[in-house]
Amino acid sequence: MTTATPTIAAGTQQTDGPKSVAGRVRKRLNSRTATLVSIIIALVWTVPTFGLFISSFRPEDQIKTTGWWTFFTNPQFTMENYQEVLFGRSSSSGQLASYFINSLAITIPSVLFPLAFAALAAYALAWINFRGRDWLYIAIFALQIVPLQMALVPLLKFFSTGVTVAGVQVLPAWDLVDEQKFAQVWFAHTCFALPFAVFLLHNFISQLPGDLMEAARVDGASHPKIFRTIVLPLITPALAAFGIFQFLWVWNDLLVALIFAGGGDETAPLTVRLAEMAGTRGNEWQRLTAGAFVSIVVPLIVFLSLQRFFVRGLLAGSVKG
Amino acid sequence: MEFDFAEEQPKFLMLMYGLIAFVAVVGGLLLLLDVVPAWFTRRREARLVAASASGAPLPRRRKQREGTVALFFLLPALLLLTIGLVIPAIRTTLLSFMDSGSTHWVGLRNYGWLFSENFVVRVLINSLIWVLLVPLVATAFGLIYAVLVDKARFEAVAKSLIFLPMAISFVGASIIWKFVYAYRGDDQEQIGLLNQIVVSLGGEPKQWLLESPLNTLLLIVIMIWIQAGFAMVVLSAAIKAIPADIVEAARLDGVSPWQMFWRITMPSIRPALIVVVVTLSIATLKVFDIVRTATNGNYDTSVIANEMYNQAFRYGENGQGSALAVFLFVLVIPIVIYQIRNLRQQREG
Amino acid sequence: MAVFARPRQAFVIAGVLGLALSASACGTGDDKGSSNADAPECAAYDKYQGNDGKKVSIYASIRDAEADLLEQSWEQFTKCTGIEIDYEGNAEFEAQLPVRVDGGNAPDLAFVPQPGLVKRFADAGKLKSLGADTKAMAEQNLPADWLKYGTVDGNLYGVPLGANVKSFVWYSPKLFKEKGWTVPTTWDELIKLSDTIAATGMKPWCAGIESGDATGWPATDWIEDVLLRTQGPEVYDQWTTHSIPFNDPKIADAVDRAGSILKNEKYMNGGFGGVKSIGTTAFGEAGLPITTGKCALHRQASFYANQFPDGTKVAEDGDAFAFYFPAIDPAKGKPVLGAGEFVVAYADRPEVQAVQTYLASGEYVNSRAKLGNWVTANNKLDIANVASPIDKLSVEILQDKSGVFRFDGSDLMPAAVGAGTFWKGMVEWINGKDTASVLQGIESSWK
Repeated sequence: MTTATPTIAAGTQQTDGPKSVAGRVRKRLNSRTATLVSIIIALVWTVPTFGLFISSFRPEDQIKTTGWWTFFTNPQFTMENYQEVLFGRSSSSGQLASYFINSLAITIPSVLFPLAFAALAAYALAWINFRGRDWLYIAIFALQIVPLQMALVPLLKFFSTGVTVAGVQVLPAWDLVDEQKFAQVWFAHTCFALPFAVFLLHNFISQLPGDLMEAARVDGASHPKIFRTIVLPLITPALAAFGIFQFLWVWNDLLVALIFAGGGDETAPLTVRLAEMAGTRGNEWQRLTAGAFVSIVVPLIVFLSLQRFFVRGLLAGSVKG
Repeated sequence: MEFDFAEEQPKFLMLMYGLIAFVAVVGGLLLLLDVVPAWFTRRREARLVAASASGAPLPRRRKQREGTVALFFLLPALLLLTIGLVIPAIRTTLLSFMDSGSTHWVGLRNYGWLFSENFVVRVLINSLIWVLLVPLVATAFGLIYAVLVDKARFEAVAKSLIFLPMAISFVGASIIWKFVYAYRGDDQEQIGLLNQIVVSLGGEPKQWLLESPLNTLLLIVIMIWIQAGFAMVVLSAAIKAIPADIVEAARLDGVSPWQMFWRITMPSIRPALIVVVVTLSIATLKVFDIVRTATNGNYDTSVIANEMYNQAFRYGENGQGSALAVFLFVLVIPIVIYQIRNLRQQREG
Repeated sequence: MAVFARPRQAFVIAGVLGLALSASACGTGDDKGSSNADAPECAAYDKYQGNDGKKVSIYASIRDAEADLLEQSWEQFTKCTGIEIDYEGNAEFEAQLPVRVDGGNAPDLAFVPQPGLVKRFADAGKLKSLGADTKAMAEQNLPADWLKYGTVDGNLYGVPLGANVKSFVWYSPKLFKEKGWTVPTTWDELIKLSDTIAATGMKPWCAGIESGDATGWPATDWIEDVLLRTQGPEVYDQWTTHSIPFNDPKIADAVDRAGSILKNEKYMNGGFGGVKSIGTTAFGEAGLPITTGKCALHRQASFYANQFPDGTKVAEDGDAFAFYFPAIDPAKGKPVLGAGEFVVAYADRPEVQAVQTYLASGEYVNSRAKLGNWVTANNKLDIANVASPIDKLSVEILQDKSGVFRFDGSDLMPAAVGAGTFWKGMVEWINGKDTASVLQGIESSWK
């Protein structure tokens, strides 16, 4: 571990000073212009979300007939949208809090499993010498293109009827009910996340300094030991980075959850409930404005609290330049 | 209806079992890998001792064990990938040679259909525009922004603003932008921001989503809006990680900041740039929620993934939908070749 | 630890434990699995008894507030018979149902709104045809016109459930009274009224066909409604079954007739702009200018009543109401275009058949109708149980013996046409493409 830190720590420490490349480029670009440009980009990026935010406090008939900016000249404020979303009147669907819990129960393992499996695989592909590893890596990378829509039916069949080879039942059906169906969703999300996760993590792990691994091997450390004691600590930031992307993806997913967990309040995540809130004919979509913000809160908290991991996320990756 | 916490208990329990399973699987695997080879090592040492005692040649097993260890590292991922993606990909390919109900083989008929439909040219061109523009522009914006806000006083907040769209689903984002592009007649009050701006500047309101090829560009804006955050976050991290000694050395050489950007920053963040561009390219090829929500492919805006979804899921044309999916597989080949080249370079360097 | 060596085992163990816990957690309260069969109010459900404690899953596209009403409507039934109904409603229903069925995870019952989709499942051998009791009940209670749409190759698969009437023109009774306009009862009067209104400088009609991934459907309804009026039901049937080509001159004539209103810049598009704005106007908003006086006429189905903002009085003397879209040629009868959903079964367990039979019964339709906002073609429906004026009018039209009912054509065609090229073709047509090439394009996509 200690042998690894100098190169990497060098990056971290030095970035604190005002001398980084970007900092200098920025200075050159004239800090006023730079600020202006960045403010313009930030504005353009924020305005649509901001409009939605304002809309979420406007009454239904206002949202549907006038632009959100009229709010400033003719402010009509209501909490009704939030009230409906949070304490909705649909008794058949139960409470929003239920769906919140479902979303959490779906998301947490769906982030952890691919993270661990991909890290193990990426390590093997990067640092264990075996025949055909490059081709295996490329094959896994290429699997990113398989549209998950095409995987829904076969995977669902795998869960609901098991695997039969030549008339012999090799694996039984899972036969899960209610909250047990979370397991299917975890399984599906893990499958779908792996190609990207392996690609991203391989990119980091393969760029760790090779002499570090050599030294450890010479000392007689086994691969699991190197993985645990050297690689894992070094790529923790990268894991956090992928974790956040996977978190966002799972949190916002509707399709996978609908197929593998169903739409009831025992298992369906927040997205399902929010989509449902628009009403059978979509006539209640003003609720979506508030719904979007209710659902955005958690990912935003996750991002803000883990943001510093992003900052360090690629340190390991760029050691080699 | 009161919120009953007791009713939620099974879910937490299930979550707990999931976490236990996670710890058990991952921990167990590592443990297994630690214990079993150790056992083998002991046996081998014992045999070594025995062999050296009897004067027989030393057994050579090291190479083979590397492969076994690798297999165990890869096992969970490979199993899941096989079940979740490889088998479905093979199945899709097979289905593309079958009829809509997947009961009879029809040879190449679905591919014949694919290339005879007159929409296919338009769809191909659109997909090409998407896959060229989105990675390029999103990465450019992400990079510029990352450089500009680097070390700025409100860096965290500034980055959150660009990141925010990533926390919104594709469908949600498309709905937001549909509002931006909304149209009302010129005698009416506008409710879409874009038209409001046009009108307040004295122009005529336009039906943005009707005019090809402008509408495709406007849909691409949505994807860029979402993905620039991804590019910005990854690239910003890469910029911060450039070793300071390189910067210092360049500075002492009297390199101008502009040269510094091109000669030091860009080469340094190249791996990160590749990750971003490749990831965005593949994501863009697959995206259809935006097109489906905003126009459903009307007005010449359709892309391959949208057609695939429609054929396979809405029209029940499994064969034709699968043929489109296989077509997507083919389109990713250039990216794969590029990646192979990268890997080769990396292994050599 | 060793027990959890494989995730599957861990899951199974977790599952068993979870089940045991949930079973002990909900031991109180609910009367799950204990029917009150002997209670006097349960007499009507005698024929469904014997399935106590069984579960039936239902999947449909009806959700939120309307799903609440559904669940309320069979509450008494589940209490009396002890059958537990597990309902799930979803917006992606049409795309999800085939995935679930193909994936071996089909629901017991589904409410399918497209006879075309019913046919697809029946052809693939996925559906169970109705049991003897269900069939008897359906044939007794539902008009032949409707049963025809649930039948594939002579086998009855679907029980018609809810219905809606599409041949309506929405207007503002208040505005009409103010301006002295009268509700037209013939096509000529309708056109005359449109001209009168247009002469005042107001765009008389409004329309919108934007509907997310279903964009275009309101325009197909227009075409179908007009075709039924210009050519009559026989040609309509030939058209929907593709025994005449999609671009037959008779069809082109009807499309142009619809275009004389839809694509008429003098008439369109009140409250939104010109003809082209129809393409980007959401169907749900398209008729709202009726209540603000910016538009006078809006052809849309009975369910449009739900789109008006809260507080809008939907009645013959209110802020909005609908009149029957007048016939063109009285000799061709009184055509009614409508739609609805069909209850189909993927399982034939006795409790599934019991629920399916119940959904065809008079007890059910009256129980549902009493809760409001619902119409059916079931002739056991007592109009006294229908509260809202627009639903009453719909039931009157559906039960009118002189009416000729036809189902929404785009739901009858194969999905690739009815939910694909027909919708898209209409979008192009509104956007300025000529009738002939649009119809030619749709025809060539129909194999």
